[in-house]
Amino acid sequence: MQRITGSFETSGRDGEGLIAAFRAATKRFGDVVAADALTLGIVRGEFLSFLGPSGCGKTTALRMLAGFETPTSGEVFLDGEEVSAVPPYRRPVNMVFQHYALFPHLTVAQNIAYGLWQRRPRPERAEIARQVDRALAMVRLSGFGPRRIWEMSGGQQQRVALARAIVNEPKILLLDEPLAALDRKLRREMQIELQTLQRELGITFVLVTHDQEEALSMSDRICIMRGGRIVQIGAPADLYDRPHNRYVADFVGKSNFVDGVLREVSGALGRIETAQGLGLGGRMGGPVAPGARVTLSIRPEQIGLARAAQPGAEPVSVVNRIFLGEHTEYLVRHAQLGDLLVLVPRQAEAGAGGFAPGESAFASWHPDAALILPQD
Amino acid sequence: MQRRLATSVLLAPAGLWFAVMLVLPLCFVLVFSLGERGAAGGYVPAFTFEQYANLPARGQAFLNTLILAPVGTLLALLIAYPLAYHLAQGVGPKWRTMLLILVIVPFWTSILIRSYAWIFLLGGQGVPALIEWMGFGAVRLINTRFAVLTGIVYGYLPLMVLPIYVSLERLDRRLLEASADLGAPPLRSFLQVALPLSLPGVATGCMLVFILLMGEFLIPAMLGGGKVFFIGNALVDLFLQSRNWAFGAAVAVTLVAIMLGTVTFYLMLMRRLGGARGNVDLI
Repeated sequence: MQRITGSFETSGRDGEGLIAAFRAATKRFGDVVAADALTLGIVRGEFLSFLGPSGCGKTTALRMLAGFETPTSGEVFLDGEEVSAVPPYRRPVNMVFQHYALFPHLTVAQNIAYGLWQRRPRPERAEIARQVDRALAMVRLSGFGPRRIWEMSGGQQQRVALARAIVNEPKILLLDEPLAALDRKLRREMQIELQTLQRELGITFVLVTHDQEEALSMSDRICIMRGGRIVQIGAPADLYDRPHNRYVADFVGKSNFVDGVLREVSGALGRIETAQGLGLGGRMGGPVAPGARVTLSIRPEQIGLARAAQPGAEPVSVVNRIFLGEHTEYLVRHAQLGDLLVLVPRQAEAGAGGFAPGESAFASWHPDAALILPQD
Repeated sequence: MQRRLATSVLLAPAGLWFAVMLVLPLCFVLVFSLGERGAAGGYVPAFTFEQYANLPARGQAFLNTLILAPVGTLLALLIAYPLAYHLAQGVGPKWRTMLLILVIVPFWTSILIRSYAWIFLLGGQGVPALIEWMGFGAVRLINTRFAVLTGIVYGYLPLMVLPIYVSLERLDRRLLEASADLGAPPLRSFLQVALPLSLPGVATGCMLVFILLMGEFLIPAMLGGGKVFFIGNALVDLFLQSRNWAFGAAVAVTLVAIMLGTVTFYLMLMRRLGGARGNVDLI
């Protein structure tokens, strides 16, 4: 976020430094509310991700920015102007489509030139060729211009789609699940490439994804959605450390959840009672009144395992052990809390050695690391 | 080796059929076209190009065919394309099936009966009467080129609609969205994306209709009333009435040559449109 704050420009009535904004934007398809009163500002130059399961409204939000959907009510702003009624071909944004949507009857170079070709007055041929070459170089496809689309691999097609969008120097680059069709290794490479590209171009990127890892690794801010609404918006670390509710904690990273009733609150700390009558302490993660049903969320890496009993430690038995290289992932069983996931870093195991399945152990965590969250 | 044997065995029936029913008759026609008419009609062996030199005698039939077949094809295309586009991109799946069936329904009735219907529609008691009643004066429609054109466009429209529909139905809507996203207004998106991608269907539809129109004789006979002759009518006349087989054969060979030229042109066009992918619709 630091790198954006330095270069704020005012952009009129929808707020300072915003390249785009939704104001109570609602989209209905018949009885289905795909986007429910979205209000959100997109900061100039940031990498924002819409994250959520399918049907959460993230794609609808993106399509309202692109102009493919008109909000049923509310407004969409682009660069300070209300654009709800502006058709896609008059909006200064470009999109990388989920399955690329490259034109099969055109060559790679013609695909990339398509957007420049639509400009009026039309740029000179030589100028278009120059910009196409530059875009090809940017996505490391120099020399591939004369190829046909079907001669390109999936990863190359992805890059052509990217080049076809960025060559127009859009105010916002919209990415609709751009990496979903790629294999794991290629996806990782493209994530890094996208990040680098965004830094170099300084264009605002808005990504739609259902893949939390993708959102966490690339975004400046993530907007978590459910049922057409924004659940929480913040920097990746923010969402990870301070989720507002169980849904966010579950969607961002892995977590152990223990359901219970909030019994007492004192300052930032609280105490819950599980169904089995076990009392557990934690930090208050949201405004909840005593007596409400809550969930205690403990991240796997916050739990420690030891052979010797310590005050406050819970006795568990090791069920399963998965060696992951830098970490070891344990599944341990607690008599009342059920199964817990524990992530132990390599160096913590170096001295004592790992636990074998069937062994008894004591699990402990700092009360600060356990979050008491509203259930929804 | 065994595979080649199996292929030959499997292809034998079709090959034999084509050899006996197509190639052999064509050879006969070719030989006949170089012969002479007997005194009482029929064929007398000879080797002369006289029949070909005589072709201008049937020039009107050639002229009618070579004008009305392309014009009919073009008209059918102009009517079929918007219809196919609407069917493929503009209506929901439920309506689409029903409308497609409606396109095909005319085929359930013989073209003979449907042409009779047109005789009444275009005849004195039909549309001309209506036009006269509305005060636009007397017009004559039946037994004109206009009537024949109406008949052939009506008769062959479904053959044009279906291949175009297939190619447009396959068109990914996201391509049109991508085009709009890149700054092309709807009309330009259509011209630059939808139209080029549907050209294989257009070529196939034009080919089907054009080839069949070149050989058409029923519709001109019925709606042209012996005044608008096609090559097909000339052939019927030469073989069955005048019994001038040699001249008839020469006319037939010329017709086949024109069609071969057209099909060759079509295949070359398809190769260019389909690129190296070889996605040729319906043919």
